[in-house]
Amino acid sequence: MGRITLEKVQKKFGDVEVIPPLDLEIDDGEFVVFVGPSGCGKSTLLRLIAGLEDVSAGEIRIDGQPATDKPPAKRGLAMVFQSYALYPHMSVRKNIAFPMKMAGMDQEEQDRRIAKAAQALNLTDYLDRRPGQLSGGQRQRVAIGRAIVREPAAFLFDEPLSNLDAALRVGMRLEISELHNTLETTMIYVTHDQVEAMTMADKIVVLRAGVIEQVGSPLELYREPRNVFVAGFIGSPKMNLITGPSAGQHGAQTIGIRPEHLDVVPSGGTFTGTVGVAEHLGSDTFFHVHVDGLEEPMTVRADGEVSLHHGDTIHLEPQPDKIHRFDADGLRMA
Amino acid sequence: MATQHSRSAARWMIAPAVFVLLVWMLIPLCMTLYFSFADYRPMRATFEPWIGFDNYVSFLTSSSFLDSVVTTLQMVGGILCITIVGGVLMALLLDKPMFGQGVVRILVIAPFFVMPTVSALVWKNMFFNVDNGLFSYAYSALGLQPFDFLSQAPLFSIIVIVAWQWLPFATLILLTAVQSLDSEQLEAAEMDGAPALSRFRYIILPHLSRAITVVILIQTIFLLSIFAEIFVTTNGAFGTRTLTYLVYQRVLESQNIGLGSAGGIIAVILANIVAIFLMRIVGKNLD
Ligand SMILES: Nc1ncnc2c1ncn2[C@@H]1O[C@H](COP(=O)(O)OP(=O)(O)OP(=O)(O)O)[C@@H](O)[C@H]1O
Ligand SMILES: [Mg+2]
Repeated sequence: MGRITLEKVQKKFGDVEVIPPLDLEIDDGEFVVFVGPSGCGKSTLLRLIAGLEDVSAGEIRIDGQPATDKPPAKRGLAMVFQSYALYPHMSVRKNIAFPMKMAGMDQEEQDRRIAKAAQALNLTDYLDRRPGQLSGGQRQRVAIGRAIVREPAAFLFDEPLSNLDAALRVGMRLEISELHNTLETTMIYVTHDQVEAMTMADKIVVLRAGVIEQVGSPLELYREPRNVFVAGFIGSPKMNLITGPSAGQHGAQTIGIRPEHLDVVPSGGTFTGTVGVAEHLGSDTFFHVHVDGLEEPMTVRADGEVSLHHGDTIHLEPQPDKIHRFDADGLRMA
Repeated sequence: MATQHSRSAARWMIAPAVFVLLVWMLIPLCMTLYFSFADYRPMRATFEPWIGFDNYVSFLTSSSFLDSVVTTLQMVGGILCITIVGGVLMALLLDKPMFGQGVVRILVIAPFFVMPTVSALVWKNMFFNVDNGLFSYAYSALGLQPFDFLSQAPLFSIIVIVAWQWLPFATLILLTAVQSLDSEQLEAAEMDGAPALSRFRYIILPHLSRAITVVILIQTIFLLSIFAEIFVTTNGAFGTRTLTYLVYQRVLESQNIGLGSAGGIIAVILANIVAIFLMRIVGKNLD
């Protein structure tokens, strides 16, 4: 069980309102990702749920029970920190056992759970080492192991992969997703990496300056971003946002076209420009195109075989049903 | 080439310092060693340059030697206990954000800057004095018979004085250690369900163990040579005669320089044994 409800939750540090009152519903078993630019209050929101920070106003309920005034330990949540926060003077085994020891669990049950967690996380060979003798990825797994054995109502992750290198990050991303599939426990995951958000989440919560900009499944956000901010934040490479006469033609203040929804055509086309930088990834090629009359270069995602180079002229035609229109307030137009 | 040049230049440059150090340390040590094998009592005009190990034997076999070693251990141990326990508590307290933190920290550190003789005199005359010490007033105010600390509990009194002086040092070192503890570790422990006392026992104390051993090591080395506090308060009477004080008495009060020198050498050897022993512990803790 792990239904978490936030109602008008607000957080102030002194006079600074970091999180204006917000409502959020997290269902049992969901994988929810908080994503947003640095400093937007993702960690703060997670710490409010964990109980490590006190809310300034509003209410938090876990499984329908009021939890606003409960201390962290009583909320039945487990947290994995960005720095892992392992206890350096304890062996891996003791680290994992610590929450069970604090709960006064009997030794047999402890050993059983440690063995199971170590098995699941490939830590069996490292149980007697100290955290200092482990690699970053192994430390991360120990931190997850320490969270698992408590069998919490929900897991909270605060940018758990940001200290790992790119290859390891992809691997751990998969492992965490798999863990979610086997445990079927609610997970709340904070990241500023929109790729992590898109690949892992059942539900993404996009935050900006403490305000929820949009909540939805990855594809909902991709297909129908509610405003210009979400449109620009979700998707990689970023959506092209165009203002001015080209937008006016569509009766909008701003139009957005994703790089993958621009077709390279031999001649004509809505936009004509010169290729600035061409990034050949093999499977795809990203062109940064300088279009006459537009300030920002446009990004185009083309097939890997398209061979155009710096300085070449390029003709682009957006796919007509994939154009996003936004009004003067930056909100999506129907 | 350049490095060889600079290396020889460096050698020349540190030479004066090394020379001063050698003169400063080696000459007194050698003279002590020399006198320790001599029968040298200037008041009686005796000087016999070589009497073998007689001085050592008589120093080691006198009953006051063993007593003084026990007294020294009691004194150093007592002071260490008070400063470590008090230092940890003070460090935890000072780490908490509070009003006037800067001033409070300076006040806590202040006793360290008071000279030993001065602080001993202040304690003796203003606190422990039976007739007009603060403690006597407190006792009378509570309707109790004033307690003569310095003659009823002399060892304890000296321990209190010296511990008061060294508490700031322990607090300072332990405070920096407390502040270097990763706050996420404490938060993780909190989420793991550890109450405050368990967090102290399982997270903070192990984190402090290294700083604690360093404090013990440094303090022990300095505490083995406590002198001024004893000299000013009890003059070594009532079982407060430490090894250092015994050596002083042999040299200056009995004017037996040979015997005192032998005692000095023995004290050096014992202190080194203690130091090596402590270094081992620290070494183990610094892995
Ligand atoms: N203890 C604090 N006191 C005052 N302000 C704070 C405190 N903690 C965080 N803030 C402020 O709250 C805002 C949100 O911080 P938070 O750590 O939640 O950001 P974040 O979204 O996690 O960013 P990042 O992606 O960089 O981790 C920031 O502007 C930060 O300066
Ligand atoms: Mg953060």
